[in-house]
Amino acid sequence: MSVISISDLSIALPRGADREFAVQDCSYDIAAGEILCVVGESGSGKSMTANAVMGLLPEGVSVAKGKAEFGGKDILTVSEAEQRALRGDRIAMIFQEPMTALNPLMRIGDQIAEVFEAHNRHRPAERREKALALIREVQLPDPEKIIRAYPFQLSGGQRQRAMIAMALALEPELLIADEPTTALDVTTQAQILKLILDLREKRGMAVMFITHDFGVVAEIADRVIVMRYGEIVERGNATEVLENPQHDYTKRLLAAIPSGLVGQSTEVAKAPALEIRNLEKTYKTGGGLFRERRDVRAIDNVSLTISRGEVLGLVGESGSGKSTLGRAVVRLVAPDAGEVIVGGTDLAALSDSELRAARHKVQMVFQDPYASLNPRHRVMRALTDGPIAKGVPKDKARARARELMETVGLGADAVDRFPHEFSGGQRQRIGIARALAMDPELIIADEAVSALDVSIQAQVLDLLRDLRTRFDLSILFITHDLRVAAQLCDRIAVMQKGKLVEIGPVSEVFLNPQHSYTQALLAAVPGGGWGQAAE
Amino acid sequence: MAIAGAILSRLIKAAITLLAIAILNFFLVHAAPGDPATVLAGEAGAADEQMIADLRARFGLDQPLYVQLARYVGNIVTLDLGYSFRQGQPVLDLILDRLPATLILTLSAFWISLLAGVALGVAASARVGKFTDTLITGTALLFYATPLYWAALMAVLVFSVQLGWLPGFGYETVGSGYSGFERALDILKHLILPALTLGLFFMAVYMRMTRASMLEVAQQDFVKTARAKGLMPSLIRRRHILRNALLPVVTLAGLQAGQLVGGAVLTETVFAWPGIGRLMFESLAARDYNTILGVFLVSAAMVIVFNILTDLVYRLIDPRIGHKA
Amino acid sequence: MTLWKRFITNRGALLGLAILIAVILVALLAPVLYPRGPWAMVQRPFLVPFTTDGLPLGTDTLGRDVLAGLVYGARVSLLVGLVSTVMALLIGVPLGALAGFYGKWVDEGAMRFTEFFQTIPNFALAIVLVAILEPTLTSITIAIAIVSWPPVARLVRAEVMSVTKREYVDAARLAGLSNMHILIRQVLPNTVSPIIVMASLMVATAILLESSLSFLGLGDPNIMSWGFQIGAARTVIRSAWWLSFFPGVAIVLTVLALNLIGEGLNDALNPHLARKGRS
Repeated sequence: MSVISISDLSIALPRGADREFAVQDCSYDIAAGEILCVVGESGSGKSMTANAVMGLLPEGVSVAKGKAEFGGKDILTVSEAEQRALRGDRIAMIFQEPMTALNPLMRIGDQIAEVFEAHNRHRPAERREKALALIREVQLPDPEKIIRAYPFQLSGGQRQRAMIAMALALEPELLIADEPTTALDVTTQAQILKLILDLREKRGMAVMFITHDFGVVAEIADRVIVMRYGEIVERGNATEVLENPQHDYTKRLLAAIPSGLVGQSTEVAKAPALEIRNLEKTYKTGGGLFRERRDVRAIDNVSLTISRGEVLGLVGESGSGKSTLGRAVVRLVAPDAGEVIVGGTDLAALSDSELRAARHKVQMVFQDPYASLNPRHRVMRALTDGPIAKGVPKDKARARARELMETVGLGADAVDRFPHEFSGGQRQRIGIARALAMDPELIIADEAVSALDVSIQAQVLDLLRDLRTRFDLSILFITHDLRVAAQLCDRIAVMQKGKLVEIGPVSEVFLNPQHSYTQALLAAVPGGGWGQAAE
Repeated sequence: MAIAGAILSRLIKAAITLLAIAILNFFLVHAAPGDPATVLAGEAGAADEQMIADLRARFGLDQPLYVQLARYVGNIVTLDLGYSFRQGQPVLDLILDRLPATLILTLSAFWISLLAGVALGVAASARVGKFTDTLITGTALLFYATPLYWAALMAVLVFSVQLGWLPGFGYETVGSGYSGFERALDILKHLILPALTLGLFFMAVYMRMTRASMLEVAQQDFVKTARAKGLMPSLIRRRHILRNALLPVVTLAGLQAGQLVGGAVLTETVFAWPGIGRLMFESLAARDYNTILGVFLVSAAMVIVFNILTDLVYRLIDPRIGHKA
Repeated sequence: MTLWKRFITNRGALLGLAILIAVILVALLAPVLYPRGPWAMVQRPFLVPFTTDGLPLGTDTLGRDVLAGLVYGARVSLLVGLVSTVMALLIGVPLGALAGFYGKWVDEGAMRFTEFFQTIPNFALAIVLVAILEPTLTSITIAIAIVSWPPVARLVRAEVMSVTKREYVDAARLAGLSNMHILIRQVLPNTVSPIIVMASLMVATAILLESSLSFLGLGDPNIMSWGFQIGAARTVIRSAWWLSFFPGVAIVLTVLALNLIGEGLNDALNPHLARKGRS
């Protein structure tokens, strides 16, 4: 017996959008106790159906045709009041961004109790008790305290638990989860996924789980729907789709995912490209007349070496200090103590003007393709400003810029265009070309592929792999995504709370992790299965 | 505990600010043409030779500049704002005498403008793009462009001269012999036009801010969460959108306080409202610099007190402030 | 050019621009239109508007042509508005830019200084400055600039801070460019739009401030201005309403025009935000 049955649903986008329909001729059912994963890349329309079912379509977007039967009625055509009565009661939803999905000015308990209020259940005094019970059910620590806490006092994972508590308040028959773990760290993600699985077990509700991540699909899905440009291109049981995909797009998506396969380390020369010795950085906050001072050790006595031609993966969760370490190497963050030796010079000890002259030695590729290029400068300028400042003659710098744009696969003529004319993946290529233009001894890639869709991510990773062999690059590759790290890196360094907890060849770290944190991290990766080393 | 600390730190900051204003005053007096004694005594022969000699001695004009500064600041710290030769009274007495009228006027104008501005902003945002919105936004734009004093004059012309509905002059009916409730009513009648015209401009400011803020907050994720709970739209607007949208309005209200006190000079001048603004205007004509500087200092103090109050209100609304440790 | 296209589709902004151009033309042509200047006594005092040929807006308390005063007043308003805004930008932009770019103690110092000026009731400070420095066109302009720059500094600081956090600024640092080069070539150009919008609104505010000072009798005694006209007619409002009415209308129209232009610029420069505000 299906809880919800969607048939021939089409959702129209406003005029002037890049296509006519966000979702076209979409049909599927979800049975009680079943988890259906709706998978797709950004812009595939995967969230739109859920929004339509909830009656929460954005302004200008509307249902063009089709039905969504729930409890014997087409909920797309019932009155706004009836829809409102369903929302939060029989159908509940949780969202991607736990940081912004809660009202910052209301206590957690009040926000949960509000669900009862909206549907006129229980007396006000009872609502608090019910909220407390829910907080316990989603395993938030110290419920008596949490109920009185404000959202800013909770971590991302705790907020997502609070959201789930709200969604469960009235025991909905259908739970819609829109990328609920995307914004979370991998260990937190694993906990939330487990919580959703447990609750499904206990309550027997249907779950529509929207995600872009096949790893998550492997962990949680009973059935899968793959969407592209608003259409369903593949559907089936989770194991079927994952192991034996039929549609080309699904095949490509699955192939693009960095698999559990761990690469072999390349033999590298012994000459170091970078040596970090006892690096320290502590952030001090507060410390005013009336504020308590707080110290956060972002880099806690870290030492490591990257050999010439080696790719070292630096992994860790948010707040581990991995990005700070990358930025401290190039002195975008000033380290408190320690040495950063590149090509025989200690960058950490240079004066400002000496540093400026030495900066070309280490270059960075950044995370956000939309913020890493000056919107007012043409690509040519982005690629030549640095070399010219370094003393390369203008003509030479320009010729090199054209050459590099060829190298990264965008064509020499692209130098005359502005950043906004390129897609996210293309911008990352420009960012790579900009780094190469300085002939650096080391490139730091800080979450360089994290903002990209998986298929684009695969292309950029291919490019990096290719460049690395062609130019014998040394790369410090910072990422939160262990699967990506496993693909590209020779050695892996794991950071936790500012400390380097483990470092070693990629196969050792992944297949035989020594530190308990590394073990926990690896176990938490959805669809992990680091069974085998590649030949 | 956090609040007490915050108040203490604000008070220290306030004291430093007032001290800085006193120093600024000192240098302004020295920047004025003529020597400070003549400047402070007022021109046009208001002061005789003896007075000027006394003043010179008092300021220690024969002493080095820093000694003079120390004396001047010392006087102000002991609440000695000098003597108005024009009015034959200490400046502090003059100001304290007039302060209540200004407080009544500015506080009324503040509340009128804030309440009306927020209400209109909410109304406009609820009907974005529709006629009501256009009407409210258009009117606000007009008020925003209208000089305070001209709005006041036109109000006098229409409501007092032409229609005779409300008094357009003074604080209360002179020689009426009213007392108690009757007197309060009389003052209220006199207050309406000045408070409304002083508040118009600020009402436009708050309205625009509220509208923009409401529209922005309405786009945020937690509003979608609230809708997903099945809450009534009116409740969502009140509890989730409005409360968050008010935060920038409160900040703005704090910043605008100084403008309100400055605007009172104009309004009090037009309506002959016996406050410190009117006192400043009278002193301008009489070149009574001692009084002008005193009013300036006191109005700055008013603004500082007001800023501290808005700061506390902000802390009450936003739990994130003060909890951060 | 798309900027201009977006601007002219905004009817309010277009209206504002038309009014402003008209006011500028009138101001420029004043000596041609009224070669005798605004102070000349042309007829008997208190002539009611629309009753005498050649004196459409009547005469004032001394028999001067009200319209001639209005025409000359436009010159002062625009001049003071423009010059004081430029001066305020010259103070506020560098201060805000340095504070936002260098952060730490530079920021701390600059912002304490700005906060101080923002705490002082700005109209009262302008009165004190003009009163003590003697009212002249220069002192009025300077006074207005001194009370107007703090919001500029705050805006520029916030913008510079946000742009400085962008990764392309990090990239420029890694390219070995100097701080000044980065601030001037990479950061500031990306903060220009909000500054332009604010500047157009500041001209409007400056005109209001100038007229308010003149109204209180703190105008340059040798120059006819709208605020002075209203101030001089304040005491005769019961008998000669037109003396205060028309200059006020002139101020409202000019200030309204500038505000409309400012909003139009804002919408045109931030099409994304504008759309969000409307939909």
